[in-house]
Amino acid sequence: MCETRICEFRDLGRVGYAEALEVQKDLVERRKQGLISDQLLIVEHPHVITLGRNGHPENLLASEEALERAGIEFHSSDRGGDITYHGPGQIVGYPIIDLREWKRDVVAYVRAIESVMIDALSEFGIRAGRLEGCTGVWVNGGKVAAIGVHISRWVTSHGFALNHTTDLKYFHYIVPCGLTKPVTSMEALGSHAVRDQVVAALARQFAKHFQFELLIHDREGVVPTLTETIS
Amino acid sequence: MTDVVMPQMGESIVEGTLTKWLKKAGEHVERDEPLFEISTDKVDTEIPSPAAGVLKEVLVEEGKTVAISTVVGRIEEGAGNGASVPAPVAAKQAPAPPPPAAAPAPKAEEPEPQPAPPLIAESRTAESRTAESRNEPPAPPQPAAQGDGDPQTGALSPLVRKMAREYGIDLRQVKGTGGGGRITKQDLEAYMSAQGARTMAQAGAPAPSPSAAPPAPAPAQSPAPAPAAAAAPTRPAPAPPAAPMPRAEAPRARVEAMSTMRSKIAEHMIMSKRTSAHVTTVHKTDMTKIAKMRERHKGEFQQRYGYSLTYLPFVIAAAVEAIRAYPIVNASIEGNNIIYHNEINVGIAVALENGLIVPVIRNADERNVTGLQRAIVDLSTRARSRQLKPDEVQGGTFSITNFGSFGSVFATPIINQPQVAILGVGSVEKIPVVVDDAIAIRSVAYLALTFDHRLIDGSVADQYTGKVKSILENWAEEVL
Repeated sequence: MCETRICEFRDLGRVGYAEALEVQKDLVERRKQGLISDQLLIVEHPHVITLGRNGHPENLLASEEALERAGIEFHSSDRGGDITYHGPGQIVGYPIIDLREWKRDVVAYVRAIESVMIDALSEFGIRAGRLEGCTGVWVNGGKVAAIGVHISRWVTSHGFALNHTTDLKYFHYIVPCGLTKPVTSMEALGSHAVRDQVVAALARQFAKHFQFELLIHDREGVVPTLTETIS
Repeated sequence: MTDVVMPQMGESIVEGTLTKWLKKAGEHVERDEPLFEISTDKVDTEIPSPAAGVLKEVLVEEGKTVAISTVVGRIEEGAGNGASVPAPVAAKQAPAPPPPAAAPAPKAEEPEPQPAPPLIAESRTAESRTAESRNEPPAPPQPAAQGDGDPQTGALSPLVRKMAREYGIDLRQVKGTGGGGRITKQDLEAYMSAQGARTMAQAGAPAPSPSAAPPAPAPAQSPAPAPAAAAAPTRPAPAPPAAPMPRAEAPRARVEAMSTMRSKIAEHMIMSKRTSAHVTTVHKTDMTKIAKMRERHKGEFQQRYGYSLTYLPFVIAAAVEAIRAYPIVNASIEGNNIIYHNEINVGIAVALENGLIVPVIRNADERNVTGLQRAIVDLSTRARSRQLKPDEVQGGTFSITNFGSFGSVFATPIINQPQVAILGVGSVEKIPVVVDDAIAIRSVAYLALTFDHRLIDGSVADQYTGKVKSILENWAEEVL
């Protein structure tokens, strides 16, 4: 762990779920072939409900027609975990990492992803933690971030979803992750942090916990980013 | 026979749940082809087959949890055709049946591994030229040995691919200007605006492109910028509901997608206006002393340091010193808490050709005027050549904008979130003023402080700005 490991970072903004899957699939394939370094994608999805490979369809509380009427897509997915919702205001992270170069430990990986979010949240004054037996990140009994991972040949895909300003009523369509526990968001917890700040904090914590040097790409995949422009 | 075992997926892991067999007993499997899946704590893992052959026995059923190293199945090797050849890496189960033609993705030692393999080969919204262009990458397997950087095979960024798909752009029509003829976002934008100028008209049908993605009410669905456009008769009202009909007349506007920076600026500005209760207070400041000192040292300063001495470092120094007296100006709001920052990191708005950026002078209170001037020159030069590092545009706790350099006397700046104040500096001009009942010529500038009235009261804002003014008006310290 002494040499520098590079992780390319991209914030792709709003990307459809299916689209993001394709991008991931491509990156995973290239990562497996050693053509690229580790990757971290950040996206925001339009309204979509996804069911993990081992999920329970009965945790979907609305018919697919009702979802369609509400403008929510439905997808089955090969990630771990049960059912979940993604939508505007949620910061979704897809790390594509070869765990053979990290710890070769999928549980340690999930714990590290939790730590990334817990530490990022603490930058905004939110004290988050773990809940025994319930993967994810929790604040006062409410779930602020979900995790679902797929691994193939030690290369990770899928990842985490942090509720930043997510409209929580959309979770009423499901039993999130099959748990009858409340969900929450940074906004609901009183934070006014803006998306870019949160993304920057996540990237920073991610680099720290995985000992990465982040190579930050602009959205078009070119050069360095301007994480905060303004006057 | 080769045993297939429950693998250990981490130090602390002692068991795993076999969730799915991807092959049935009796089926042939290649070495390294995904054979079954296991699940541990929200992680699903595909396990590749340890050998090529036929899955003879399935010893652990789906849904069962077993200790690591437990034998879950057995493979009889050598059974089946061409077994020992390592399978193409890409061969995965269900979701992505490799297009039969394009398949063989040679895995062995390829002299130059093409950086961009076919990737998104399968398509869901088939038809349309889009799909065609997507299926393109696999096309050139005729080993064009000259390796001329065909843009189609060059590494396209996910964004470029996405845009091409979204706007139905045939990438063959786009000229790449990136390294090795690679197509960049700018190329697509240039192409789109060129096309847009030709075919655009119907304003009413913007793509439902959300804020984050490069917004573009571009020719999203005009399937082909065909010559038909010109021929289309100027039919009156009831246009066909399907595709927007390009009008025959000259376009009344030019449509161009916002750059990433532009859409970010737009997002931030509006967000800031929504977040803070903006109030601007303006103090007239006599800069004569500083003007004189600057006049005195200009030549020598330029000679000694290689750049000129401006008013800005004095203003920063004064603003920073005044912050010590009014730390709330250097604060931010989180929920119901006020965060007082111990560091004074001053963002300096730098105008770029096509936008602006606010690099940050860290610990500005630790620098003197010369040091501040150096930082300004360094950061603004690198900002213009786009060589700032990410952390150089982050972490500001207060900002200063120097609109005076463009001739503005005073303006009302927008707060750079999550900060709570920004100081604007107007141009320094010689004007007649009344001093002790006599008219004198003084160098005067307006200092405009925009503050967040949620946190800072008017009296505090004025005391703060008054302090900045007083420091500047009574400047005594020599620069050289």
